[in-house]
Amino acid sequence: MNDLLDIGDSIVARAGDDEQVEAVVVRSRQTEIRAYEGEVESLSSAESRGVGVRVVADQRQGFAYAGTFDEDAVGEVLDEARDNARFGEPDEFFGLAEPDGVTPPDIELWRDGLGKVAVDDKVQLALDLERSARERDPRITAIESADYADSEDEMAVVTNTGVRLDGRETSCYLSVWVIAGDDGDTRTGFGYSVGREPGDLDVDEAAGDSAARATRLLGATKPSSERVTVVLDPFVTAQFLGIVGATLSGEAVLKGRSLFADRVGEEVAARRITLVDDPTDARAYTATRNDGEGLATRRNVLIQDGVLQGFVHNTYTGRRSGSASTGSAVRGYRSTPGVGCQALFLTPGEALQPELLGRIGDGVLVADVSGLHSGVNPVSGDFSTGADGLRIRNGELAEPVKEFTIASTIQKMLRDVVEVGGDVEWLPMSAVGVSLAVADVTVSGE
Amino acid sequence: MIDDAVVQRTLDRALRTGGDFAEVFAEDRRGTSAMLDDGKVEELSSGRDRGAGIRVVVGETTGFAHTADLSEEGLAAAADAAAGAARSGTGGAEVVDLARLDAPRPNEVLVPPEDVSKAARTELLGRADEAARARGDAISQVTARTADSRRRILVANSDGLLTGDDQVRTLFSVSCVATGDTGMQTGRETIGHTVGFELFDQVEVEELARRAADRALTKLRARPAPSGAMPVVIGKGGGGVLFHEACGHGLEADHIFKHASAFEGKLGEQVASPLITLVDDGTVPAEWGCYAVDDEGRPAQRNVLIQDGVLVDYMWDHIRARKEGRASSGNGRRQSYKHLPMVRMTNTYIEPGEDDPDDIISSTDHGVYVAQLGGGQVNTATGDFVFGMTEAYLIEDGEITDPLREGNLIGNGPEVLQRIDALAGDFEMGPPGTCGKDGQGVPVGDGVPTLRVSRLTVGGTAA
Repeated sequence: MNDLLDIGDSIVARAGDDEQVEAVVVRSRQTEIRAYEGEVESLSSAESRGVGVRVVADQRQGFAYAGTFDEDAVGEVLDEARDNARFGEPDEFFGLAEPDGVTPPDIELWRDGLGKVAVDDKVQLALDLERSARERDPRITAIESADYADSEDEMAVVTNTGVRLDGRETSCYLSVWVIAGDDGDTRTGFGYSVGREPGDLDVDEAAGDSAARATRLLGATKPSSERVTVVLDPFVTAQFLGIVGATLSGEAVLKGRSLFADRVGEEVAARRITLVDDPTDARAYTATRNDGEGLATRRNVLIQDGVLQGFVHNTYTGRRSGSASTGSAVRGYRSTPGVGCQALFLTPGEALQPELLGRIGDGVLVADVSGLHSGVNPVSGDFSTGADGLRIRNGELAEPVKEFTIASTIQKMLRDVVEVGGDVEWLPMSAVGVSLAVADVTVSGE
Repeated sequence: MIDDAVVQRTLDRALRTGGDFAEVFAEDRRGTSAMLDDGKVEELSSGRDRGAGIRVVVGETTGFAHTADLSEEGLAAAADAAAGAARSGTGGAEVVDLARLDAPRPNEVLVPPEDVSKAARTELLGRADEAARARGDAISQVTARTADSRRRILVANSDGLLTGDDQVRTLFSVSCVATGDTGMQTGRETIGHTVGFELFDQVEVEELARRAADRALTKLRARPAPSGAMPVVIGKGGGGVLFHEACGHGLEADHIFKHASAFEGKLGEQVASPLITLVDDGTVPAEWGCYAVDDEGRPAQRNVLIQDGVLVDYMWDHIRARKEGRASSGNGRRQSYKHLPMVRMTNTYIEPGEDDPDDIISSTDHGVYVAQLGGGQVNTATGDFVFGMTEAYLIEDGEITDPLREGNLIGNGPEVLQRIDALAGDFEMGPPGTCGKDGQGVPVGDGVPTLRVSRLTVGGTAA
């Protein structure tokens, strides 16, 4: 682990007096196993490494990277970043992070246990998952993929402005996609289980969820077009929150691309909405002790009781907006830091999904969405996605529906939230899941 | 990149434990990008990734390992890891002596990235920014980006294949935000070709910037898109992604083998309107998805998938083709040396028809005209797919009228293919795309003539 800091130190030691130099050094070890029809279809194992160097000189910024720790190559990266800085235009707000006194959260995201589990045992998990999903229901006709994957990630950030920090995390997951068929209809479903070491994983949960998701949609028909209240399944809510998070990035605000610029202190959502970005919560899959610039992560309240509180920032956007970094720099070794929410958490309500459906009465449960990247525009706020799910009638789940879209705008959906569920699901995503009821959404079908 | 003898010894080593097939894929990729945002060139970024991925196939199992260390020792370690992952077999295959065989490139690169100064790249950005802002005060933000890459690959396998490719790609994009009484709208234009810096001799970045700006400005007066099923006309060049999603992915042999395609078992059947001939062609010169050889060393080729509405073939990679006892169709691709190859599209297009594009619109009573589609997504097993419209208009009484706000369209691939009831004689390739599958992105192209789908669900909010 210390060798990453050593590499960072060696780069930063070459900094001149008139320049700021930042080195981000990354290493990850990954195993991926895919099972198919009782056999291992593929098994990959490898280590990746990389170094990214940012130079700020004369208020100009340059960046370069290499996917190696080879000493000569790493040296060239610094030279290249320096040269690149000559071609950028000056900006008084460019500059590296400086220690800000915030202590990283006391959370342990690394498990030695992951590295000690034999490959054979990981293979067995993938095989068990595939078999378990197949045997779950006679209507399961095929398994599209059944995967086990794990990763040990380490990162160090060193600058000549006083930052010198490293962090490491382990993670693993099971993921399965199944195909169900009955009476000429075909539907698919997914299931997963996530953890920090294989002992955390639950084969039955992943297999059971995938089969249930696929089979409950069999026989679905295309609905007619109308305006209804929709209930987003926790997995769908998490994706929606990810989009909301993107509109609250300090970069989007500064560069005139956020719906919510100039609206701090205003009511932008229903009163029941309190949205926090909290990567210090170890339960979150994307929890992390430090951000991409080597600052401690922290709990940032974005919306409190419907009122916009503020945005997330990295060092540049914090400085330029007259505040400071919120520890929200996100990046890999191939790029300079962006700004982003890292672990969004919507304060849950009390009702579990069945009770919540009872309160809604009639509407549509949205089980899955598609085309979030093509039909949602976080700048204009236009929101339109493909969907499938089940009708809600008299407070109960009724017949399945497919091949429709749901549409509204991001602004309107936040205001139209009528219920927040209590069914918190920790997902392999940068937002937590919870059932969310949104009124006055257009369903387009026939 | 690696000495032939070292490659031969690495393959020998990979098969030591009884594998049936072994492959070395080495890659050296250099990339440079520059971005202008908020009125200034923010930064220039450059980098290099180099390494090799080794796979060993034993029976139904593929073992894979990759390394950034291209020395003989580094390759040997990766070969051992891949062989270990595949487990021992009884195949007893031996490496056939390597014979170098290079395929012709679809086009020559005139100005490779290493001959281009950094200043020449950043200069383009400033020109685009200025041209976009000149379209009006309502243009409130402009982002311009240029990116070029040179990717050299070497592929060798135990069948005796030794080949390689040298792929240069150059891309330029402009995104604009327009602000008005109705809020903010965005417009984007991207151009990308498998060529060097000579791209900018043929393309004026100012023109690209003006189009992006105009798209955003037009949308300021857009009304909400309609909701429900109706005729949809797609403009030439703007809608290849329709076929990429509606049937392209479903014709990839890996989905067929896994019973995860709505097109399984349909070879020889009428799967589309007789107007439709669908081609996937990795040899189209300079297009975004072209190459000399795929990432398994197989030469790119032109593959007719649907002829006059009849399904004639799927797309194949090495593993699936070997199982079927046929040749790969040159569609085995991977994002980088860190990834296993799988069946992927290249440049996917519809052959032009005979209708007049103006007639198609004038004969449409009420519907939507989509000038430019955005990305899309498909569930290959069910055939349900969506795709976004980034520039669209209402058709009323046979005429294109008001611009529409963004949204998705949704349909079912096998149904939509049958509902194409008009196909024009005009044709254009569309903007460059990145196709995502199983976590890997690869460059792809697409193209269509003007066409009409008689009934498709438009996902707007208006009645």
